[in-house]
Amino acid sequence: MYDLLVGPFVEFAFMQRALGGSLMLSLAACPVGVFLMLRRMSLTGDAMAHAILPGAAAGFLLYGLEIVPMTIGGLIAGVVVALGAGAVSRFTLQKEDASMAAFYLISLALGVLIVSMRGSSVDLMHVLFGSVLALNDDALTLIALIAGTTLLTLFVFWRALVAECLDPLFLRSVSRLGTPVHFIFLGLVVLNLVGGFQALGTLLSVGLMMLPAAAARFWTSRVEPMCALAIAIGFASCIAGLLLSYHAALPSGPAIILSAGAVYLASVLFGSRGIVRARIAHHRHRTA
Amino acid sequence: MTTACLTFRDLTLGYSSHPAVHHLSGEVRKGSLMAVVGANGSGKSTLLKGIVGVLQPMAGSCVVAPGTRIAYLPQLSELDRTFPARVVDLVSLGLWPKRGLLGRITGEDRATVARAISAVGLEGFEERSLDTLSGGQLQRALFARVLVQDAELILLDEPFNAVDTKTVADLVALIGRWHGEKRTVIVVAHDLDLVRRAFPETLLLARRPIAWGGTAETLKPENLLRARRFDEAWHDDAPWCETDDHEHSDGHAHGHSHGDHAHHDHGHDHAHHDHAHGGGQRPPAA
Repeated sequence: MYDLLVGPFVEFAFMQRALGGSLMLSLAACPVGVFLMLRRMSLTGDAMAHAILPGAAAGFLLYGLEIVPMTIGGLIAGVVVALGAGAVSRFTLQKEDASMAAFYLISLALGVLIVSMRGSSVDLMHVLFGSVLALNDDALTLIALIAGTTLLTLFVFWRALVAECLDPLFLRSVSRLGTPVHFIFLGLVVLNLVGGFQALGTLLSVGLMMLPAAAARFWTSRVEPMCALAIAIGFASCIAGLLLSYHAALPSGPAIILSAGAVYLASVLFGSRGIVRARIAHHRHRTA
Repeated sequence: MTTACLTFRDLTLGYSSHPAVHHLSGEVRKGSLMAVVGANGSGKSTLLKGIVGVLQPMAGSCVVAPGTRIAYLPQLSELDRTFPARVVDLVSLGLWPKRGLLGRITGEDRATVARAISAVGLEGFEERSLDTLSGGQLQRALFARVLVQDAELILLDEPFNAVDTKTVADLVALIGRWHGEKRTVIVVAHDLDLVRRAFPETLLLARRPIAWGGTAETLKPENLLRARRFDEAWHDDAPWCETDDHEHSDGHAHGHSHGDHAHHDHGHDHAHHDHAHGGGQRPPAA
């Protein structure tokens, strides 16, 4: 049992790094995912993940497979797309889903173009899918910084985020934070996706953000416990995924995301607000 | 001795160059209890958004007396009822003006919230999540939030929609209590009988102001008839409203509008601007 569950993390430094990095990612990305979901912006996370590609690719084109330039590039691309799409939806009649789709598609095409200018499909695969087992010190430091910034920002803006989700017009009537908090939040989404793409790749980093959040929705009806539960599910998925990857020689990113996917499917079925409970409840009713 | 809580000067509010409230002038005195009535699309909600500052004027101005705290209750449909929050969370939002983003919620604040919840008759519902509430219960919770805000100027947007008669009576009683406390209350409403019963003053809007003053006088049949002729639609080819002309509109020198039936009953119908500026729509001095 020890060999199965604990051994790999004790024996191998790369497993420890992978574990540390992915747990820090979960700590920050999962609560962000909860708010994305509650704001009905789940697919925005996905769009943003694609939007990061040209920045990361440009960093790669200029400096090779180096984490800092790729991260900064990804951050810039993500912020440009988030601000562009956000501005179009706030200041024109177009809704954010459409403007976001337009901006991320432009960005994605640009990214593929840049990668193809230099490098092989192996490089593209690395950018798209990452490798949590190859996290170096730079990457870990970066993830720690991102996680810290995210948690601090969430803590400071918590009240405004909740008010903006629940009753945006009310927030605008008592505070000027309504529009800024929206962009701050989009900034957090970009930050966490960039933090995740070293480990999980641009395509899958959004998985660690959304799947635990979506699963947690089936267990609780309050925001704070939902965030805590999402983090816990994120932790469990990372540990399970890394072990699965180690023992079965599977790629680590998909193993982590599929673990989270399994928790999601189980929650849909067996959660306290899931399908099975709802079915049972329908057979009996109370007097009032 | 009363003074103005709110002053409109030739206020025009709207969206993408189309006016939704057109050339409104007048004063709302401190302590007034006023209903805003009119058809759908006549600018009632827009007016509240303009007062609270969510929407900037396209022309003219809307000035709230300095230091006035405003409590704004948007329409129920603006609220995301699926958001996982409890009644107490919703009502606690009313602490924002006092505590802001980071201020600590004290025991006294929690007591204020609890009193407000019990004042609207929702004791025992504190922990209930919003998606389990009926429309009436949700509206009560929102009134509790207004109570917590403790504002001098209270703006309520269609608070009686989809609410049963018992709840309407309770909410009207609360509004009466605020009026008794000398707060200024402006309520968008559709039920004219209710307005006649409970509101001393009324503004009748049909994009432009039709009449404004004592409720009985404002809701005269001829005013209501004029309001009903209001055309809700926007017209992309509507002529531009010439503000300079408007400043001298007493003379009605509007060649482009007169006799042009295609443009009659638009929001831009300058032939009616005398109503917007005559003494009729200004509330009687106290």
